[in-house]
Amino acid sequence: MGGITPDQIITAVAAVVGVPLVLLGYIILGEQVIERLPDSIQGWIRPYFWALPAVGFATIFMIYPLIRTVIISFRNAADSDWATGPWGVFANYHYFFTFPDTLTSLRNSLLWLVFYTFFAVFFGLVIAILVDRVRYETLAKIAVFLPVPISAVAASIIWKFMFDYQPPGSTQTGTMNAVLSVVHHDPVAWLVNSTTNNAALIFVGIWTATGFCMVILSASLKAISSEVLEAARIDGANEFQIVRLVVTPLLWPTITVVGTTMIINALKTFDIVYVMTNGAYQTDVIATQMFFQLQHNHNSRAAAVGVVLFLAIVPLLVVNIRRFQQQEEQR
Amino acid sequence: MSVEQVTTRAATGAGTAVSVLDRFGYRLQRLPLHIVIIIFCAVWVIPTFGMIINSFRALPDMQAAGWWTTLFPPHGFTLASYQQVLAIEGVVPSIAYSILITIPATVIQLTIATMGAYAFAWMNFPGRNLFFIVIVGLMVVPIQMTLIPVLQFFKLVGLSGTIPAVWLAHSGYGLPFEIFLLRNYLGGLPREIFESAEVDGAGHAVRFLRIAVPMTLPAIASLVIFVFLGIWNDLLVALTFLGVSPFRPFTVVIAQLTTSFGGGWQFLTAAAVMQMALPLAVFIFLQRYFVRGVTAGSVKG
Repeated sequence: MGGITPDQIITAVAAVVGVPLVLLGYIILGEQVIERLPDSIQGWIRPYFWALPAVGFATIFMIYPLIRTVIISFRNAADSDWATGPWGVFANYHYFFTFPDTLTSLRNSLLWLVFYTFFAVFFGLVIAILVDRVRYETLAKIAVFLPVPISAVAASIIWKFMFDYQPPGSTQTGTMNAVLSVVHHDPVAWLVNSTTNNAALIFVGIWTATGFCMVILSASLKAISSEVLEAARIDGANEFQIVRLVVTPLLWPTITVVGTTMIINALKTFDIVYVMTNGAYQTDVIATQMFFQLQHNHNSRAAAVGVVLFLAIVPLLVVNIRRFQQQEEQR
Repeated sequence: MSVEQVTTRAATGAGTAVSVLDRFGYRLQRLPLHIVIIIFCAVWVIPTFGMIINSFRALPDMQAAGWWTTLFPPHGFTLASYQQVLAIEGVVPSIAYSILITIPATVIQLTIATMGAYAFAWMNFPGRNLFFIVIVGLMVVPIQMTLIPVLQFFKLVGLSGTIPAVWLAHSGYGLPFEIFLLRNYLGGLPREIFESAEVDGAGHAVRFLRIAVPMTLPAIASLVIFVFLGIWNDLLVALTFLGVSPFRPFTVVIAQLTTSFGGGWQFLTAAAVMQMALPLAVFIFLQRYFVRGVTAGSVKG
């Protein structure tokens, strides 16, 4: 790896200063031209002129690639012709749904989907409700939120230490195994043992996401009027009943929003698995599987994996659009 | 002393006795609550704390005893891990590359997004709603769905393996969410301001630069933090577009070193601490903006 060159710094500075300046010039010069056009054309052309840079970017980097990926997923490895094989153009999908490694990744992604989503939201909700009742609320929230700004890469290293394993008999330097040794339990190779490793990775995911869920759920918890809770207390409801019968139903819309976000995160999980196990010992998920296919220059298989991932997200995409349309009607 | 006074005093005396007992009972009842909260806090703080401690220990110490043993003297703290990490070829440049990737990518996407959001908020054109729905949909599209064609695109235009390619890719991926958020914010500004500016003869350029942008600055500030840290912490995009190039950013270098070392990767704690120092500092000093940015992102996948 070479060092950084002056050229690179100049390019970066040029981009930081230049892009806003170019856009400024685009706006000012473009408006000069548009203002000289007849009124009827002005009204027609101006919005497109303003939306063009953003729409152009979105088209080049998202819309076009999306369509292209679908096409590639039906092509052969070299992308020179349509795929052939037992399932014809669906050969890459056939591979995905029959090859043991990819099936493992599919299973693991489902595990992530269920457990990561459930526990991140559940812990977030529990913590939000509990800290609402104590005076050191802010401090406790900061503690749980702390992993949110930390990158998945750093979080993975943090937890590699927590799960560190030494053979039985030697000193356990990993916190988890040290705790086990206190209760005279044999150390567990958390990340290697295929009965624990997926749970361990998913827990790291939960650990990084709980703070996010908590902050959002806590905000909408604060919006519940205290009169509602008072009324329930006067009616003789205990705290557990209040949480179960009053608070949770009132928070339900927020829980679904946070839950959808978590499901999408679960399906897209990549960093934690890549850094902690690199997909070894059957911890592969869809996103890492796709990356490995890409590394092996099997673009069409990678594309098929991407399409599967996308199809899993489509229902949530529809939910998001519906929610957006409802919000629009209320504006 | 009248009888009345005596009874009142007795009553209050009994009252305090009862309330002390009550308060004690109440405290006792609440004990499980505090214990559960403290357990949660411990589980969410101790791992990070333990690694930070470990980053200041020598490798043999780390392998000989857990980090908690250093809480008692002799601590044996050292900067050896930091020296070791910084001496690895490519680590110091990778920090610089992270900065060279993050700042321009943030600036590029936010300037483009602000302009686009203005068009969506304050201009009427056929297809506006349809395209905005597409934008809302794009927010949750996994970027994996775009990687291969974008890689091919960069190869075609001769940008593959360069830093500007990553600026453009990040900008493309970040735009939908930013346009969505800024358009909602811009659309919520009072219509009268824009109308009176129009009456005064201000064109769209003036209205955008003099009214819309300054009034949107609070939202942009939160977004800057959110986007900046998102790119600083990004692994997948950098790994895909720069994974084998000399311009690997910090996260990619750490990830690749961790997977390539097998055992003995422990000194990478120092690298992880350096990598997370910036996000943590931003979180601690700009907490309000940071949390606002994160919660605004609740609609984003």
